[in-house]
Amino acid sequence: MMTVATVLSCLLPLASTLALAFSGERLGPRASTLIGVGSVGLAALATAWALLAYSGASQSVTLWTWVSVGDFQPTIGLTVDRLSLVMMGIITGVGFLIHLFAAWYMAGEAGITRFYAWMNLFVFSMLILVLADNLLLLFLGWEGVGLCSYGLIGYYYQDEANNWAAFKAFIVTRIGDVFLALGMFLIFVEIGSLDIGQVLDQAPRVWAEGSATANIAALLILGGALGKSAQVPLHTWLPDAMAGPTPVSALIHAATMVTAGVYLIARLNGLFLLAPDVLLLVGVIGAVSLLLAGFAALAQTDIKRVLAYSTMSQIGYMFVALGVGAFDAAIFHLTTHAFFKALLFLSAGSVIISCHHEQEMGKLGGLWRQLPVAYAGFLVGGAALVALPLVSAGFFSKDEILWQTMAADRAGLLIAGLLGAVLTGLYTVRLILGIFHGEPGSHHARHPEPGKNLFTHHLPLIVLAVLSTFLGAWLYPGLGELFPAAPGEAADTGHTLLQVLATGAVIAGLALAGWLFLMRRQWLHSVVEKGAGARCWTLLNRAWGFDALFKWGLVRPWQWLVHGLRCDFINRGMNLLALIARVGNAGLVRTQNGRVRTYACVMVLGVTVILISLVLTRGGGT
Amino acid sequence: MILLWLILIPFFGGLLCWQAERWGQQAPRWIALGTMLLVLAASLVLWIGGDFSPPGVSESPWLLEWRVPWIPRFGIEIHLAMDGLSLILVALAGLLGALAVLCSWNEIVERVGFFHLNLLFIMSGVVGVFLALDLFLFFLFWEAMLVPMYFLIALWGHSGSPGQTRIRAATRFFIYTQASGLLMLVAILALVFVNYSNTGVMTFSYNALLNANVPDGLAFWLMLGFFIAFAVKLPVVPFHGWLPDAHAQAPTAGSVDLAGILLKTAAYGILRFAIPLFPEQSQAFAPVAMTLGLVGIFYGAILACGQQDIKRLIAYTSISHMGFVLIALYAGSELAMQGAIVIMVAHAFSSAGLFILSGQLYERIKTRDMRLMGGLWGRIPTLPGLTLFFVAASLGMPATANFIGEFMVLFGTFDNAPEVVIIASAGLVLAAIYSLLMMQRVHFGGEYSQGRLAGPDAREYAMMLLLIGLTLAVGLYPQPLLDTTASMVQPVVALFTDSAGLAAQAEEVE
Amino acid sequence: MNGVPMEHGLVLAATLFSLGLAGLMLRRSMLFVLMSLEIMLNAAGLAFIVGSTAWNQPDGQAMFLLVITLAAAEASVGLALMIQLYQRFHSIKLDNVSRMRG
Repeated sequence: MMTVATVLSCLLPLASTLALAFSGERLGPRASTLIGVGSVGLAALATAWALLAYSGASQSVTLWTWVSVGDFQPTIGLTVDRLSLVMMGIITGVGFLIHLFAAWYMAGEAGITRFYAWMNLFVFSMLILVLADNLLLLFLGWEGVGLCSYGLIGYYYQDEANNWAAFKAFIVTRIGDVFLALGMFLIFVEIGSLDIGQVLDQAPRVWAEGSATANIAALLILGGALGKSAQVPLHTWLPDAMAGPTPVSALIHAATMVTAGVYLIARLNGLFLLAPDVLLLVGVIGAVSLLLAGFAALAQTDIKRVLAYSTMSQIGYMFVALGVGAFDAAIFHLTTHAFFKALLFLSAGSVIISCHHEQEMGKLGGLWRQLPVAYAGFLVGGAALVALPLVSAGFFSKDEILWQTMAADRAGLLIAGLLGAVLTGLYTVRLILGIFHGEPGSHHARHPEPGKNLFTHHLPLIVLAVLSTFLGAWLYPGLGELFPAAPGEAADTGHTLLQVLATGAVIAGLALAGWLFLMRRQWLHSVVEKGAGARCWTLLNRAWGFDALFKWGLVRPWQWLVHGLRCDFINRGMNLLALIARVGNAGLVRTQNGRVRTYACVMVLGVTVILISLVLTRGGGT
Repeated sequence: MILLWLILIPFFGGLLCWQAERWGQQAPRWIALGTMLLVLAASLVLWIGGDFSPPGVSESPWLLEWRVPWIPRFGIEIHLAMDGLSLILVALAGLLGALAVLCSWNEIVERVGFFHLNLLFIMSGVVGVFLALDLFLFFLFWEAMLVPMYFLIALWGHSGSPGQTRIRAATRFFIYTQASGLLMLVAILALVFVNYSNTGVMTFSYNALLNANVPDGLAFWLMLGFFIAFAVKLPVVPFHGWLPDAHAQAPTAGSVDLAGILLKTAAYGILRFAIPLFPEQSQAFAPVAMTLGLVGIFYGAILACGQQDIKRLIAYTSISHMGFVLIALYAGSELAMQGAIVIMVAHAFSSAGLFILSGQLYERIKTRDMRLMGGLWGRIPTLPGLTLFFVAASLGMPATANFIGEFMVLFGTFDNAPEVVIIASAGLVLAAIYSLLMMQRVHFGGEYSQGRLAGPDAREYAMMLLLIGLTLAVGLYPQPLLDTTASMVQPVVALFTDSAGLAAQAEEVE
Repeated sequence: MNGVPMEHGLVLAATLFSLGLAGLMLRRSMLFVLMSLEIMLNAAGLAFIVGSTAWNQPDGQAMFLLVITLAAAEASVGLALMIQLYQRFHSIKLDNVSRMRG
């Protein structure tokens, strides 16, 4: 039963994608929306069915053998266990709510059919990613979501900047994917199988803990995870990816696709436990990313970019959790993050549409009275984001991460996490104040058109808001037995102390934000205007200059290379032969000048030479 | 006998097309299409009815064989034989031939009869190359492919910028392939004479020459002669000069044939002749060949990014893809070699798709210069979406055949040559760059000019759907293909790896 | 046989041949070229005659008849060509007539 439901929930989005893609433009916007949203809704129902039918044991279904040559036997097979069920729930459940919201958000846009075709293909690919029972099929989903992300970031194709953003997203993640592919090659050659269960089974037998090969394999897989999950240094694509429609940002670039890296590492936990150094590196990268993104979020003016950096920062938390071996905590935060970040993005989308596609913070402001639903969404989502104690979902998951970090004795990571909490408070308050309070910055902000549709606008926001409170945290089933024991499960000393500490960090952040943005507003402005403050602002606004680094370190040299080779110099080299022939031709053609006299001269010369040589050889012979 | 008919059907069909022009413009087209479909159908029937399990020790490795003496004095026979690989490639030739006829339905309006004569003669030559087992016969067909292709480019091609005329491109194509073909002829003759002096029997037969006992030093040069002939056609980088010009100037049908099938004859040649005839030398040569493959992957990709002509871009991507094939052929593992065959098939589909699409674009906007495109997504229905599919296939998106091929190659090569795989994998990023760059320049961005253009008609749509369906089918379930070629690939791999073992043993003994 | 020694006759023939050859190589006018050719043919004929006299063989004289016939034919064709040339180009300078690129 469960496998049937699972396959069904994969096939529904795929079927609707095919229907939409091949309908051309015969389907009207209404029918497209219905098919697009409806199929994901049905997929969500199928997932719910699978959840109900779940017996506690993992189940596999092999549809067919993909390739079979020698040992190379990857299958098209799905495995359902607790982890995939949680991910399925997020993908189809949150996905459905976002689709529903998209029906409101995208109304009146051109190319709705294309939008839903891509969105549903994305849902399908993401489901394959989390259900795949072997790495090659996982890679199919992995690349598939990348392609969909490409198609959706560049959805507004008339503006070339959007397409370049999509291009960048695809290429940067593709760089990560190559590492993942190399990791697969290594695993296949060493272990002889790509089946995830077998790999996890065999790995400890083939590799000693901390052996070089295990480390390399884990590093390569980590490379793939970094690209997809937008962690340092492969993170630069995520802020630019906000060029896509807001529901896309909510679904792909907040709730699901960017957390695929977290899923991947959690799924291959056994492999990473064999490489403790790499696992620590995961945590360090997470900590660096969360701080770096937290600072960068402080200096953004585009509300979606603030949210993008905050996503990156929250994924950093998940990586920290993975890094200390607390896989369960990472997935827990993944789940709550999916709820509250989707809520924040959808609320932002509501604001953006209400204000006629205005998303610069400076041009918004004072909207709380006119846009109460979006305001409520932002408040609840923001509370979860800063992990407001006890009432928010974010608190429980983030607390779990910090607690595990402390239990694992990683003081550095813990401090980064606490500092990150302060930063989160700062940028969240700045964001909410910037949008909803103060003076409206433009005509559109003064006269917004709030969303009114109960079903497609209010409902998704309300459901997500409920899920972002402590209720959402309760919903999380826990994956206990799937993962090896986390460090914090044995001990309980100091947990209360930590909770107090974390709460202190949150309150400190909020208080600091209130003081800075409410009381010392003028002073802040003057600092940022000029001198060192302005430079600091620019640095943060450009997120520490990684883009420039890549531009001058990779993109420009590449362009120079392309430009330099454009003439195809190797081909020129081969043309040298033709040149020689031509020069020879030009030389010899001079002898054919039509003057009988020269012919006669040459002939005499030739006869003389022959005679002389004859005489000489005769002479030599006798 | 059916093997002979596979060659003769397109030949006579071509003559018929030529004469049929007097009955009207449409007659040659229908005749050509029918002929191609007949070849395709015949090979499909053979495929369905064939038994491709590995043959027993005493059984013939060939599915079908046909031989009659031709010039007995020199031991030349008309010896045709078919195994799984030939069958796949003949079927591919039939399919792409039919597509070539279809895609030039509206494009070619002058000398229609003669055009189809050439198209069918190419097919005849290609099928002959895939079936010939007598080396002399093979050489004959190898050269016979060139002439009609020359006319195709020279008579119906497009002249690009001044100095880049179609005649020039055709001549260049001809000289490159002819010169390399002569090199192969020298190698063939030398091989035959060495065999003659050893055994006293003058023969051009493949089976006999497989056991020819060639002195080591000479064998290396002979192997090189074969390799260079095939390398020019594949093309491998220093010898690629003819390809971009020929593609850019050729009519759509010519490009489809060229990229879809003619390039595959080279890979087929390496697989059938260069490696089995000289396994030890090939084994020794493998590092060089793989390096050339790597150079091809990168060089083709870099140059593809710098092109302004859309067909030149696709031509350079072919060079990049063929680099993977070259690596795989010399990797010495069954997985990689099977992967090479899948890439050959996949590349035939995806490059044919892209060339046909660029031909369709040309029919609509009368240019192939990407600087004059942009924003076409909003102006043409359906076509850009189809382009995106083939672009995705070309960059190796999973679920397309290209992915299966490339990854089988990389998986198979990793064991023997991990460093090659690591470098080649970077080519996957480059593939994404050039493919998406093309999408970007042609279909996205601001509209270069105004006005809505017609979407694909039923003929164009059907061709595309067929190619998409095949790409996905091979991408999701390549097993029938792999099973067909397995019995051909396994002995070659065994020869290749055995020779490595022998060489190692020899060293130990010394 | 007494009289002129064979060497003298051959030297005369060689001198005549050289003169003709020099004329052929140096003159531009077609008339002189034809005359030079004629001289060379006759020089060759003379050598035949001298040879046949020296060895008392008739072959050389038969050869001379052939040479005369050839010379007559050559002269008639050459002169006809020259007249055509003059009518077309109003010049009998051979260099003016050459159309080759060279």
